[in-house]
Amino acid sequence: MLKMQSSARRKGYIAAMKFLMCLAAVLTCALVLFMIGYILGNGIPNITWEMLSTAPSYLENRVGILPDILSTLYIVIATLLIVLPLGVGAAIYLNEYAANKKLVSVIEYASETLSGIPSIIYGLVGMLIFCKNGTSLLAGALTLTIMNLPTIMRTTQESLKTVPQSYREGAFGLGAGKWRTIRTVVLPSCVDGVLTGCILSIGRVLGESAALLFTAGSAHMLYNFFEGMQNAGATLTVALYFYAKESSDTGVVFAIAAILMVLTMLINLAADLVGRYFRRKQET
Amino acid sequence: MAQKKKWLEAAVHGIFLILGLITVGCVLLITVYLVASGIPAIREIGLVPFLTGEVWSSTAAEPKYGILPFILTSVYGTAGAIVLGVPVGFLTAVYLAKVAPVRVRSVLESAVSLLAGIPSVVYGLVGMLVLVPGIRKAFHLPDGASLLAAILVLAVMILPSIIKVSVTALEAVPKEYEDASLALGATPIETYFRVSVPAAKSGIAAAVVLGVGRAIGEAMAVMMVSGNAPNMPTSIFESVRFLTTAVASEMSYSSGLQRQALFSIALVLYLFILLINAALNFFLKRNKEESN
Repeated sequence: MLKMQSSARRKGYIAAMKFLMCLAAVLTCALVLFMIGYILGNGIPNITWEMLSTAPSYLENRVGILPDILSTLYIVIATLLIVLPLGVGAAIYLNEYAANKKLVSVIEYASETLSGIPSIIYGLVGMLIFCKNGTSLLAGALTLTIMNLPTIMRTTQESLKTVPQSYREGAFGLGAGKWRTIRTVVLPSCVDGVLTGCILSIGRVLGESAALLFTAGSAHMLYNFFEGMQNAGATLTVALYFYAKESSDTGVVFAIAAILMVLTMLINLAADLVGRYFRRKQET
Repeated sequence: MAQKKKWLEAAVHGIFLILGLITVGCVLLITVYLVASGIPAIREIGLVPFLTGEVWSSTAAEPKYGILPFILTSVYGTAGAIVLGVPVGFLTAVYLAKVAPVRVRSVLESAVSLLAGIPSVVYGLVGMLVLVPGIRKAFHLPDGASLLAAILVLAVMILPSIIKVSVTALEAVPKEYEDASLALGATPIETYFRVSVPAAKSGIAAAVVLGVGRAIGEAMAVMMVSGNAPNMPTSIFESVRFLTTAVASEMSYSSGLQRQALFSIALVLYLFILLINAALNFFLKRNKEESN
């Protein structure tokens, strides 16, 4: 594979490649540091308790983001509540029941297709299907459910594959039926996959905006969970988009961006810790 | 008793089968809805004028619905992002997979994951407040919101996907290949670029295709930096509209044929994505076969 080359040219090639490689790595690092520094540096000084704890009001001339925080929280909870049973169930079917290889490959292809569809298309289709009576947090959560199905399925399936076959055989040998084996032996041993899927999904829901723009709406009202589900509400990302476009006050925009940045960092940290914890557990 | 148990097992099997088929159902549902709502406008406008028309003026007295500017913008924008993002991502991936010491690697990997997790509106915001004014000043333009700004933002946004998939592909290269090359007298750097990279080429191709998919589907960040005027992308300083942003920017106030035309744009975008997915699957499959 290697051509004969004069040693000067070889040395030049090696030095150039080394330089370019280091340059690229440094550039990537610099980008990350710049993003963190710029957003946190501009955002954190702008976060005030009043902003975090109130709703926006024109009368009192303040921009509170509490409704946006709550809407985000409600959508995360509702999405997880719906997507978890569906995704885990689908993964169990693929790994424990499905005998037809063709069907499995069709399902897996569908799940890959879903994970490649851009969020704006989810937003559009979600609007057509779920928003017959106008936008609501529930419609947003249902849209995000379809989006996050492949994630939960993939992580659950990966950890189902690591459950030793002997566990299942042991349970069958003791006279348990298939369902009982799954419920009492298989499911408890794939908690790590489900948990990882949850964390990844929370991250995706937090960062999502295009799919929510036309499904969950853009209101800033204070609701409890059940009222919120039936009414429109802007999540933090959607609120950020509208404030960035419409208001000249960059304070609140940077504050929301900083909150999102911190949450993203926390989620990455959590995913990392969970991954490490279960890997260690598996080794011992 | 045994009869009852059999019934239960059959019922549970049935429930899981339905859950298993849910992704297939979702894909079909999305396809059916997009086709059903996208076709009427295309039929009314005509396929050729719709795809090749150079003017989009949906709110004019005599509305024109040509989406060639959006298609070209999406293609150029994606190509630009790939040209800038792939070399950086690819070289970073080689460094991460082959050269980086363990500590450096774990720090850099979490940095890349963070880059992947940052919401697109935050990228849009930074682009809007840093890139757009920067471009305006650097090139003395009246407005910096342009195709160039969108390309730069997209290039950063596709970096993590390219790095992650390339690293996985490079790590799957059998160690024997590298050992053989080293034993023949090649230096480590030569080995990485002339043996490991060619051996991982399908995986790296998959990384590029994934980047294409990400770039062509991104909406919010691009909407905040590209200016959103439906111009033909004649220069990188033009204010432009992508396929994704064309759908998003008029959706809230559209009605009638204009609204239907937006669904048709989404259908075109969906077809692009299906093609890209098929390409992605092809490369991933080949990569799997090669590493076995």
